[in-house]
Amino acid sequence: MGKLKMPKGSPTTDMTPLVDLGFLLVTFFMLSAKFRTAEPVQPDPPYSSSSTEIPEKVMLITIDREGRVFYDLAGKDVRTLLLSSMAQVYPSLATLSQDQINEFIGLGSCGQPIAQLPAYLSADEKTREAMNEQTKGIPTDSLNNELGDWILQGFTAFMNDVRAKGWDDAKIKKDGLRYAIKADAETEYEKVEAVIDAFREKQIFQFNMVTNVEKDQNVVTSQ
Amino acid sequence: MAEIIQGGGHEKGGKKRPKKGHVHIDMTPMVDLAFLLVTFFVLAASLSKPKVLEIIYPKETENEEEKTKLADELATTLLLGEKDTEVFYYSGKFNPDSTQLKLTDFSAEGFRKVMLDKNININDAYSALLKQYENINTDGDTAFVRKKGEIFNSKNAPFVIVKTIGKTPFKNVVNAMDELNICNVKKRAVMDMADSEAIAVRQKSSELDLKDLKK
Repeated sequence: MGKLKMPKGSPTTDMTPLVDLGFLLVTFFMLSAKFRTAEPVQPDPPYSSSSTEIPEKVMLITIDREGRVFYDLAGKDVRTLLLSSMAQVYPSLATLSQDQINEFIGLGSCGQPIAQLPAYLSADEKTREAMNEQTKGIPTDSLNNELGDWILQGFTAFMNDVRAKGWDDAKIKKDGLRYAIKADAETEYEKVEAVIDAFREKQIFQFNMVTNVEKDQNVVTSQ
Repeated sequence: MAEIIQGGGHEKGGKKRPKKGHVHIDMTPMVDLAFLLVTFFVLAASLSKPKVLEIIYPKETENEEEKTKLADELATTLLLGEKDTEVFYYSGKFNPDSTQLKLTDFSAEGFRKVMLDKNININDAYSALLKQYENINTDGDTAFVRKKGEIFNSKNAPFVIVKTIGKTPFKNVVNAMDELNICNVKKRAVMDMADSEAIAVRQKSSELDLKDLKK
């Protein structure tokens, strides 16, 4: 029987592959992480016990405490289509420069009426902040229902986009566009109702209300 | 930790020579850091997703039909006033002269208890169904979904009408929906408050305010 020879000194493992893998993962997560675009308003949503996560493809309507309405639809291709179909309804959007179009595609939530949108797109960071401060939000009243047009054209743009990408009906039913409303806990319900009515007019009846996760049951009762 | 371990091991004695062989660097701290970052990004990515509460609004026409179809004794109406503490309910049909509004809230002992009591048969039936399917995967099981629907939409299931005024805080509507989800009340509707009900709410809450002042 041969004697087992114990190696002298501390054993070393070659960790290079592990490091490679580690940093590959880091790089992957860093690149795949979506950076949050600057939000014009940060409402504080109410609490609920729901644990459903916000759907992937979502049209997000944000309503702040004063009831101002902001619209967001994510996706580069979808936004390109959205702008071109909105330009057919509102001719003033057809004359946007390429720079303004690019700005629109990269934009997140926006609460500017159509009339102010071109100016908002060419404005710098500070002017935008001031404009967000002053805006009355996207109009929802029945005479000038810009929100209704954003909803309808957003839906059309989304459908055209996914059809072009080869989605079939089953996939659209499963992963298709959902509608989320993020309103402040103290927002008056009539403001939320105005948004819901704009959706209902377009035959959309199912909504996802963005809520904070309830940490403690007392949170609700103590308010 | 960060020592450099030289391979080879041929050198003996104190004489210094140019080093031969491989140089091993202890990479453990680097690995630690890398995986710490991985963990951070993984957690940050999944935790930043906000949660949502699904609310389905009825179509206008359906709503009208539903109203006439439903039996009064199964109805509970939740009235949400202007202030977030103005939460009242009554059972059955509203009669301006005789209906007594009851004050409630969204705690575990409040409206939830009321609805759990009213919904006890439905919840029992549902737990029995769950027990029956205890060891069966119910994902995409149409029979299960149908039976579940039959239980929650049965004729005897209580239903709740949430009535709001324009100035009702949004969080109260969400809280009400959340409570109904917890209690498994699937038959529900949100609508505007009738004037007579709004008056009753105002009266009742001013009565309560007066009582508070006297204390």
